[in-house]
Amino acid sequence: MIPELGTGALFVALALCLYGAVMAAVGARRGRTAYVESAQHAALAVFVLVTTCILLLVYAFLTFDFSVRYVATNTNLGTPFYYRITAVWGALEGSIVLWSWMLTLYTLIVVLRHRTSARELYPWVLTVMLSVIAFFLLVMTVAAPVFARSVPIPADGRGLNPLLEDSGMITHPLALYLGFTGFTVPFAFAVAALVTGRIGDFWITTTRRWTILAWYFLSLGLLIGGWWSYHVLGWGGYWAWDPVENAAFMPWLTGTAFLHSVMIQERRRMLRLWNLALVILTFSLTLFGTFLTRSGIIASVHAFTQGAIGVFFLSFLALVVLTSLALIAWRWDTLGAQGALDSVVSRESAFLLNNVLLVAAAFTVFFGTVFPLLSEAVRGVKVSVGAPFFNQVNVPLFLSLIFLMGVGPLIAWRRASLDNLKRNFLWPVMIGAVAALVLRLLGVRSTIAVVALALTIFVAATIAVDLLRATRARRVMGERALPALGGLLLRHNRRYGGFIVHLAVLVVAVGVTGSQAWSVHTETTLARGEQAELAGYRVRFDGLRESQESNHGKVTGTFTVVAGRGTGDRIEPAKKFYPQEQSPIAYVDYRLGLIDDIYIVLGDFARDGSHATVKFQVNRMVSWIWIGGLILTLGTVLAVLPERRKTA
Amino acid sequence: MKPKFLVGGAVILVALGYMIWAGVTQSAVYFVTPSELTAAPVAGKAYRLGGLVTPGSLKWEPRSLDLAFTMSDGRATVPVRHKGAAPDLFGEGRGAVVEGQWTADGYFKASLIMAKHSEEYKAPHDTKESQSKTLLKTLEDPKR
Repeated sequence: MIPELGTGALFVALALCLYGAVMAAVGARRGRTAYVESAQHAALAVFVLVTTCILLLVYAFLTFDFSVRYVATNTNLGTPFYYRITAVWGALEGSIVLWSWMLTLYTLIVVLRHRTSARELYPWVLTVMLSVIAFFLLVMTVAAPVFARSVPIPADGRGLNPLLEDSGMITHPLALYLGFTGFTVPFAFAVAALVTGRIGDFWITTTRRWTILAWYFLSLGLLIGGWWSYHVLGWGGYWAWDPVENAAFMPWLTGTAFLHSVMIQERRRMLRLWNLALVILTFSLTLFGTFLTRSGIIASVHAFTQGAIGVFFLSFLALVVLTSLALIAWRWDTLGAQGALDSVVSRESAFLLNNVLLVAAAFTVFFGTVFPLLSEAVRGVKVSVGAPFFNQVNVPLFLSLIFLMGVGPLIAWRRASLDNLKRNFLWPVMIGAVAALVLRLLGVRSTIAVVALALTIFVAATIAVDLLRATRARRVMGERALPALGGLLLRHNRRYGGFIVHLAVLVVAVGVTGSQAWSVHTETTLARGEQAELAGYRVRFDGLRESQESNHGKVTGTFTVVAGRGTGDRIEPAKKFYPQEQSPIAYVDYRLGLIDDIYIVLGDFARDGSHATVKFQVNRMVSWIWIGGLILTLGTVLAVLPERRKTA
Repeated sequence: MKPKFLVGGAVILVALGYMIWAGVTQSAVYFVTPSELTAAPVAGKAYRLGGLVTPGSLKWEPRSLDLAFTMSDGRATVPVRHKGAAPDLFGEGRGAVVEGQWTADGYFKASLIMAKHSEEYKAPHDTKESQSKTLLKTLEDPKR
């Protein structure tokens, strides 16, 4: 029953999407409000229908309805309740349902928020949003039918991929997809601006919060992805420059650029064309990322799902890019800048350079990711570039970006005077230089680490200098220190929200730098009672025990920390044996700390528990990355609060 | 646009181009099958070797952490040595990709073993498939 109901609902939704998209466009051209209202109703109905589909799918998973092929391949009778819900988006077909549902949700919010506030753009925004949803509905009904029936109905399902049995599976995809789909809204507004010719700043100011939220969710998705990689995959790291990660990182980079360049347009009426191009690029990259990871095109390195879906995404991507380019070409004459760059030493220049570097970073990531394809097409040799390439090229870019993060928010608009530079940067530069010296004296040998940390401290100092000065100004007015600071944050929430987000990025940067520079690892085979030593930590292997969980067997190794911080703690990595898998799955255990994580992966072992091979790592400062995520959340909340002060 | 900005842009472009070029030349890894490797092995060059782990060839010394096996594509066989335990999903008769170098002593020294790599780093929302078969298929693909 569910397959038929679901498929039916999807087809109706598809028809309504197409109807709504056309009606909104016709209504806009002919000035018929009734048409636009009809499109609006269609959008609401689409939201209800797609929501119903998700609920049907959840119901199918909860009731083990194996007549749905998707349920049968991604769950079995042993799958715990919690993971039966996350399994809804655990594989390709379901992930597209989730994606579409978020798009319909965003469309609903657009209808509620912008139906009266953005009269001219609104119908076109609706057209674009509904068209994008229509594409995903097409994928769901034709290319990767989620409600396909299984014939015959199996007695039990295949089971969920064990790696996905993790709490991160609820937050990671949700955040990532909210980010991905979130960029559809600014994109839709950009297209609407091009179509209507209202390419002023209105579309940008209207979508400011959308952009911030999309960016935030994408950042969060990336961070949670790193956390998942760190604590589930058990290779000891959080980022591998894997095509899947790169696919999400590229739109993040261009999205970050967009987030900054819109400020230039708001303030100086510059970069109109650039902003349009950036938002189109960001949206296209979200599609490209999906195409890359879903089409199996990079199979030489990663074998992913193959099938018609790649062709769908590539065609849609081509359609999006070509339509956007055509619109830009059509409006070319009106896209000229009103303002002009005055000086190299100015805030505009800093922001512009930030944009150039971010786009350059996105390009290098793109280049490295598709390099195997390029080299095969051009030279006929399969060559790939790995993490060393990405690190080598991106580290200088990211270090420059951190530097600009300190310069951009404080340097004067138009043309910075020597006095302005001295006033804002004398102390931070000195603090940064002293920090570099101290780090050297403390014995930090890696030059990259010294430079990275000194730059981070420099930027933190610029933020501190700004906050101190502003607080002091308020204290002169008679306020006390803390209320003054609080009032400052709330009153200029956009500016200081941004500062806190910068702070979060700094904390993440410290985590990345520290973990790259100072993490150590070893691999060894221990007999029962034997100890392994690493970086001042000693752990003892106490033996193995077997247990049976609801859907898998488990062999757990017990290790006790006998020297170093956390002495007495037990660390219990395991290997899980799922009946549907041919091989065991490692289950990492760790003790997280602000400076050191002790991280143990159980490798091979003797069945009688007499000895076990372990990977033993002391990872440094990795926790800072996760803490950065929390600070990021704070900053974003502050930044999207309603503004108390009107910006000039 | 003032000339200063054009010069700056050109400098950035050139620097970026150089970094990419240097990065590619230094970290390029050649994807080969056992028969391709045995046909023209270059000692010291970075390879990513993909094939099937020959049944019965796997030797593992837990004490010394010496792992040895051979990889084959049906036409040629390459001896591989590695320091450290094999990853999950690695096993005889299955597909694997090893990264490392060919040594003058006549074996492949692996620095990294990726068994059914795609599953190991799988995006949290991919369908399961017999990855090793796909892997091998791409390796044996006689397109060239």
